[in-house]
Amino acid sequence: MRISFLNTLFVVASLVLVVPSLAVAAGDVEHAPEHEWSFEGVFGTYDRAALQRGFKVYREVCAACHSMNRVYFRNLSALGYDDSQIKAIAAEYMVTDGPNDEGDMFERPGKPSDHFVAPFANKQAATYANGAYPPDFSLIAKARHNGPDYIAGLVSGYVDPEHGTEVPEGKYWNKYFPGHVISMAPPLMDGQVSYPGGTAETVAQYGLDVAQFLMWASEPKLEARKRTGIKVFLFLLVFAGIMYAVKKKIWADVH
Amino acid sequence: MASGKREEFKNPVIGWIDERLPVFTMMKAEYGVFPTPKNFNYFWNFGAIAMVMLITMIVTGIVLAMHYTPHADMAFDSVERLTRDVNWGWLLRYLHMNGASMFFIAVYIHIFRGMYYGSYKKPRELLWILGVVIFLLMMATAFMGYTLPWSQMGGWAATVITNLFSAIPFVGDSIVSLLWGGFAVDNPTLNRFFSLHYLLPFVIVGVVFLHVWALHVTGSNNPTGVDPKGKQDTLPFHPYYTSKDTFGLLIFLLIYVAITFFAPNMLSHPDHYIEFDPLVTPSHIVPEWYFLPFYAILRAVDFDMNLMMLGGFGIMFLPFFLCFGNCFLGGKLPKVPQSPIFIVAGVVVFVAGAFLSGMIPLITSVIIIPAKLGGVIGMFGAVIVLFFLPWLDTHPVKSARYRPLYRFFFLLLVVSFTVLGYVGAQLPEGIWVLLGKACTAYYFAYFVVILPWLSKNEKALAVPASINEAVLKESKKDQQLASGAAE
Repeated sequence: MRISFLNTLFVVASLVLVVPSLAVAAGDVEHAPEHEWSFEGVFGTYDRAALQRGFKVYREVCAACHSMNRVYFRNLSALGYDDSQIKAIAAEYMVTDGPNDEGDMFERPGKPSDHFVAPFANKQAATYANGAYPPDFSLIAKARHNGPDYIAGLVSGYVDPEHGTEVPEGKYWNKYFPGHVISMAPPLMDGQVSYPGGTAETVAQYGLDVAQFLMWASEPKLEARKRTGIKVFLFLLVFAGIMYAVKKKIWADVH
Repeated sequence: MASGKREEFKNPVIGWIDERLPVFTMMKAEYGVFPTPKNFNYFWNFGAIAMVMLITMIVTGIVLAMHYTPHADMAFDSVERLTRDVNWGWLLRYLHMNGASMFFIAVYIHIFRGMYYGSYKKPRELLWILGVVIFLLMMATAFMGYTLPWSQMGGWAATVITNLFSAIPFVGDSIVSLLWGGFAVDNPTLNRFFSLHYLLPFVIVGVVFLHVWALHVTGSNNPTGVDPKGKQDTLPFHPYYTSKDTFGLLIFLLIYVAITFFAPNMLSHPDHYIEFDPLVTPSHIVPEWYFLPFYAILRAVDFDMNLMMLGGFGIMFLPFFLCFGNCFLGGKLPKVPQSPIFIVAGVVVFVAGAFLSGMIPLITSVIIIPAKLGGVIGMFGAVIVLFFLPWLDTHPVKSARYRPLYRFFFLLLVVSFTVLGYVGAQLPEGIWVLLGKACTAYYFAYFVVILPWLSKNEKALAVPASINEAVLKESKKDQQLASGAAE
């Protein structure tokens, strides 16, 4: 009985495994190439240097159109900046605050407790200025399939349109964008953002760094999560081992 | 429950309480010395595991609700805020999110166990029915929880699923307005879903209590399906099954923890991280994975039904309808045994009806059941049919171990249910449409045709006289295998 049951289960399991792989083969969407990320895996952590470089790319290029409303200047301590550096970064921006005692709104330099300053006043203004709404970047790496790979691919995915395809005025062709026709002009050029310490100033490198930075913005607690996970898993593993021995001892007189 | 004989307790405080409210006597009778069949395999762990998951969901959910704002403008932000700025908020959210999946995994295995070993059969019919009620309540709770983050996926899933109710004739539109609290999925919808999502888990706790109570009246089934005949067949629940359940639970928790900490978004969809926009439809709306088989059944019925096609269904399921009618009319209708003739005749009439659609006045030109309603009937019918399972399968042998035919057809059902789950996640085109229809047909045929037929015609293998005999035989076989290996 046991054997035939296991056999049937095996058949079921192989069906379950085979059917999806057939379906994937049938799909025709071009996926961005997969990269090895430092934050992958059980022991994964963010690469602080890459985060800082990615932040620089975001600040100097992406932030012209894309807001990041859920990330606060104080969060930058996770990138390795100290308090005075964060204060200095925040102070570079002007923030609308108020109303003051006279009832007026006023401008003041940013503080660590402010969130990143959005380039447009609202969604309508952003859409009007850009032809399409540039999505907020706070969660973008989790809001796309294989987010980091997709982001790194997208910034360097601008190619000539497929043979015989007409791209409308003000739109561009990107091989990794769903539907290919994208409103964003190629955002990066080689050498556009200067890096300290001799890291390659190429579009590919910018893409990797900004993808890492945006992954951090989407999942800022990733490192704490994995560290805690290892402890919890090991605890339960030892507990399960002990309980297995206990169970065996208790059941010894039955079998 | 424990108003009969009281236990004696050495501890005076416990004794004092127990004289006035015999909770300790009850605990000892129901969880201490409770006679439990000694041949449980690890499939019997999943009831306890599901219970732990229910408690986990309630505890994490209560704390999450302290930080959540049920308002269309603030819900998405409040969820993001609690994962970013609340201490251990990310842990609570990921435990709750993946806990729902793990709860369903545990319950699906629990249901599988019940069906494989015939746990729904007399005298456990009511126990089974209460279980199906819990399953339905879980589905409602999980669906409403899915909408609460007010994401693109959640909001649109709510739109699609609530819209299904509009297919119900006459009252459909009123039901939809009531669910929405207006004329679209909006803030009132979110408010009532939040309220009900908080309420229903406690209703589940109540039904679980009844489920466990009913279990303790009939006693557990076991892998042989043979009821215990005496002391040699059972063991006290504690310490035997407390230790075995704890070990099994820990293995289950290891998987739960691995997903929660190392791949928390594996079972989720990227559109869950985009705020709900009623004006932008996502390209591909999918429910949570645990609803996919039912979603596939919903989509499998994509054709309008005329009178002749309906008649075809009537012929196919005639013995079932007659038997069902007899339950209410006390046996006044004629009894017709399940036979392949009805299926063949019914299919012929159905296909002819579909082929002649719109050609014969009244008989094929009038749509009786539109595709949308047909899909909704199919989807809810797929769960409702489970209520009747104890009366659809009346074979005297419970366990699939001794029913090779039943085992084959049941495992085929598991395969088709799994395939349906896969089909539910695909775009409705090409091979998937056909596969979805075939598996849906098999799903219903299994319950309504195959089980009644097997009940009458299957010859079971020899069933052991008692649990003890089965266990001794098994261990003898093990010893022979072991000595054979040693040589």
